[in-house]
Amino acid sequence: MTTYIVRRLAQAIPLLFIISIILFALMQSFGDPVAMLGRRTPPRAEDKERLRRQLGLDQPPHIQYLTWLIGNDWQKIDMDGDGIPETPGVRKGVLRGDWGNSLVTRQPVIEVIGERLPNTLILMGVTEIVIIFFSLALGLYSALRPYSKFDNIFTGLSFVGYSMPVFWLALSLMYIFAVNFRRWGLPYLPTVGMFEPAAGKTVLEVARHMILPVTTLAIISVAGYSRFVRSSVLEVLSQDYVRTARSKGLESMRVVMRHALPNAALPFITLIGLDIPFLLAGAVVTERIFAWPGMGRLFIDHTERADFPVLMGILMLIAVAVVVFQIITDVVYALVDPRIRLN
Amino acid sequence: MTTTNSTPANDALAEAVQIKHYTPMQLAWRRFRKHRMAMFGLWLLFTLVLYMLFGGYLFSRGYCAPINEELSGEEYANCTDTSLKLQPPSAAHPFGTDVIGRDILARTIYGGQISLLIGISAAIMEVMLGALIGLVTAYYGGWVDNVLMRVTEAMLIIPSLFLLIIGAHFFGGGLPTINFFGRELSGGVVVIVVIIGLTSWMYLARIVRANVLSLREMDYVSASRAMGASDARIIFLHLLPNTTAPLIVSATLGVASAIISEAYVSFLGLGVQGSTATWGNMLDGAYRYLETAPWLWFFPGTLILLTVLGINFVGDGLRDAFDPRSARHL
Repeated sequence: MTTYIVRRLAQAIPLLFIISIILFALMQSFGDPVAMLGRRTPPRAEDKERLRRQLGLDQPPHIQYLTWLIGNDWQKIDMDGDGIPETPGVRKGVLRGDWGNSLVTRQPVIEVIGERLPNTLILMGVTEIVIIFFSLALGLYSALRPYSKFDNIFTGLSFVGYSMPVFWLALSLMYIFAVNFRRWGLPYLPTVGMFEPAAGKTVLEVARHMILPVTTLAIISVAGYSRFVRSSVLEVLSQDYVRTARSKGLESMRVVMRHALPNAALPFITLIGLDIPFLLAGAVVTERIFAWPGMGRLFIDHTERADFPVLMGILMLIAVAVVVFQIITDVVYALVDPRIRLN
Repeated sequence: MTTTNSTPANDALAEAVQIKHYTPMQLAWRRFRKHRMAMFGLWLLFTLVLYMLFGGYLFSRGYCAPINEELSGEEYANCTDTSLKLQPPSAAHPFGTDVIGRDILARTIYGGQISLLIGISAAIMEVMLGALIGLVTAYYGGWVDNVLMRVTEAMLIIPSLFLLIIGAHFFGGGLPTINFFGRELSGGVVVIVVIIGLTSWMYLARIVRANVLSLREMDYVSASRAMGASDARIIFLHLLPNTTAPLIVSATLGVASAIISEAYVSFLGLGVQGSTATWGNMLDGAYRYLETAPWLWFFPGTLILLTVLGINFVGDGLRDAFDPRSARHL
């Protein structure tokens, strides 16, 4: 087991390097971050030049990548443009825990991400719990009544569910439960933000604001996942040991809950495990529509301003999380399912 | 399979019990036809395509006040009359008008053509890239396989919408308008096709690779190699035709996901700019009019939903038709 984990981690390292190089290469085309800085008062040409040197943007891309990766605090850099390096470098590089500073706010990238990450985690965490619960419940319910009226209707609905564009669903839900409910004088749901500034950031307030985005995200995922649960439950129910359990006279509920469901849920664990790291990424479109101050919106906002240290930070954070969770998922799967051996 | 040994005894038997021989494609079509949802999806798509192709002749004509002319076709869809902006649905404009007073019904027709064009071209690009990379990695193995599969994994790890957004910035802007079958398309259409194609081939490449890895060991491949067939001949003539089933299914579903991707990217304001309508860019900024003008997002959004739904039904039916073993579990 230990050798397996060590080997997987060793394989992951070159993969992460490849990802960082691909991303860094793509970032090079973002145009000139300095030109985007002073929005209303464009900086003077010589200021731009100085800024570019200060931020290390005058260097060729591969040097910029190395600076991002391992830093430049052992060498001197030419800050005043006279061709003689005189100022010692201060960057430590990602490998030593320095993710650089945002080009827009000058804050360290870690802080910029740290402010948004909890907001995204709370939204996506609650969504994931809702998704797991409803996928299991609906998938199991229709698997126990295959090709019944409920099952057929639900099959059709789940196709509609996962064909829905997120924004269409989000806007429709907002239109019904926020706009029209208010018009009709019913209690209505808030549409944007995390909380009303007047009411403050209370638990109740955040929960109220979460209802619509969570519903939006959950409907689309439940539509797909419940089908997955249904087909794996159906497969398990047709196996010999389930028939044995039934023929021993075990009551139906107990057969399903104790014998069939745990085995049927195994592939679902993998699906969820591989899903978890993407929770960090948030949901770009949903966060945009509901003005949720999370990672997805952070990404969009900083893409528009060509703030590549923040973008690299977000994407590499996700990449590391994905790689780590792939390994965790495989290990957990092997632990709960003795039929699987890691080697 | 469908070919039997043609001995006199066999022929007599076939005649006696009147066995009808079907090609694999005919068999797949027979299974597809029995798939009710897939047939429904096919009809839905057929109706939508009719709407996009011929709707323009019926619904896209009218008087354009600013230039004082009677217009029809795409010119009417681009007729800007700011005095009519944000009109709710009415007899003259059944789907209402947008923020600068263009008729939304006419724009959904011409936008639909472009969205479908984007969807199909991006899916073709996805399939070509996915098939090529899958075939090459599986056939050659070694370092080619190693490098390409690491790149595939790397691209799978980054969330695809993020890749799309970065791609839209990478290739965005600076492309001239092009002439396509007599229609002016802004260069953004090409950009969006390329970025969707470049960011969606990874799953298909893996499926094809897995398929070809087992095909490659079969005797008929060794036989053709022994007969001196070139690598290209083996890859494209012997291996590729045997992986068509996943290719057809992925191509179908790829059209749906490309249409949705285009809509997402446009919704975020990074899509096709200019007067060329797409279902996606009709939605750009529409959420700001959530309360005052819901028809702005409702009609293009619903058409996207119906198209994607139809394609998903058909894709599911195709998957079952090509792989009868999977049918009972879905």
